Amino acid sequence: MFELYFLLGLLLVGYVVGQILERSHYRSIEKREAEHIGLATTSSKRPIGEIPRPTRVELVEGACVISIDYFKRFVAGLRQLFGGNVRSYETLVDRARREAVLRLKEQCSAADQVINLRIETSSISKGNRNQVGCIEVHAYATAIYF
Amino acid sequence: MLVTNTEEIPGKQIVACHGVVSGSTVRAKHAGRDILAGLKNIVGGELKAYTELLIEAREEAHERMQAQAAQLGANAIVNVRFSTSSVAAGASEIYIYGTAVTVR
Repeated sequence: MFELYFLLGLLLVGYVVGQILERSHYRSIEKREAEHIGLATTSSKRPIGEIPRPTRVELVEGACVISIDYFKRFVAGLRQLFGGNVRSYETLVDRARREAVLRLKEQCSAADQVINLRIETSSISKGNRNQVGCIEVHAYATAIYF
Repeated sequence: MLVTNTEEIPGKQIVACHGVVSGSTVRAKHAGRDILAGLKNIVGGELKAYTELLIEAREEAHERMQAQAAQLGANAIVNVRFSTSSVAAGASEIYIYGTAVTVR
C-alpha cells in the first residue's frame, strides 16, 4: 500500500512542479527568442546575400541537457502500449533545441550572420526499460562579423 | 587559431591543407551529481551539472584538436564536426574532428 501512495505522490509532484517549470521555461524561451530575432541564422553553408568582406569568423556553440518529469515519463510509458504521438517527449526535445540555439545566439549577439547551424541530439542516460531519461542537445555554427 | 564549421572561411583563402585533426575525451559524472540529477528527474527541467560537464569535456577535446593542428603548422581548422556517444552507463565520449588548413 505504501508503495502505491509513494508512486502516486511522485506522479503528483512530477505533474505539478513539472508543469510549472515547463511553463516558466517556455515563457523565458519566447522572451529571449524575441530579443534575438534580428540575428540572421541559417543552416546554409555560405553567407546569405551580398555581404562585405568579413573581419572575423568564429565557431560558436550552445548546449543544454534537459530531463523529463516523472509524470510525463509514466504517461509516455503507457503510450507505448497503444502507439501514436508521444506529446510529452515532443515538448522535451522542443524545449531543449530552442534553448540550445538561444544559448548559441547569446554567445554571439554582436555577430552579423550565423551560418551553417547544426543541431545534434543525444540521449545521455537511459533508465528502466531503456526509457529516455534526459536528452542533450548541442548546437554549433559559425558566426560572421562584418 | 581560426575555427569554423564551414568548408571555407568567408573572406580568407585556403592555401594549404594539412589533413584531418581530432580530439576526444571520455567523461563520467561523479556520484554526487548523479544523485542530484536523479532528484531532478522527478520534476524535470534542466540538469545544469550535466550541461557544464559536457561543455567542459567539449572544451578539452577542442583544445586537443587545436594542439594537434598547431603541431602540423596550420593556422585554421575548417569543417569542424562534433559527435557524442555514450561508451558506458554514466560516461560519454566527446569527439571533435576537422580539417587543418593554412589560410591567407
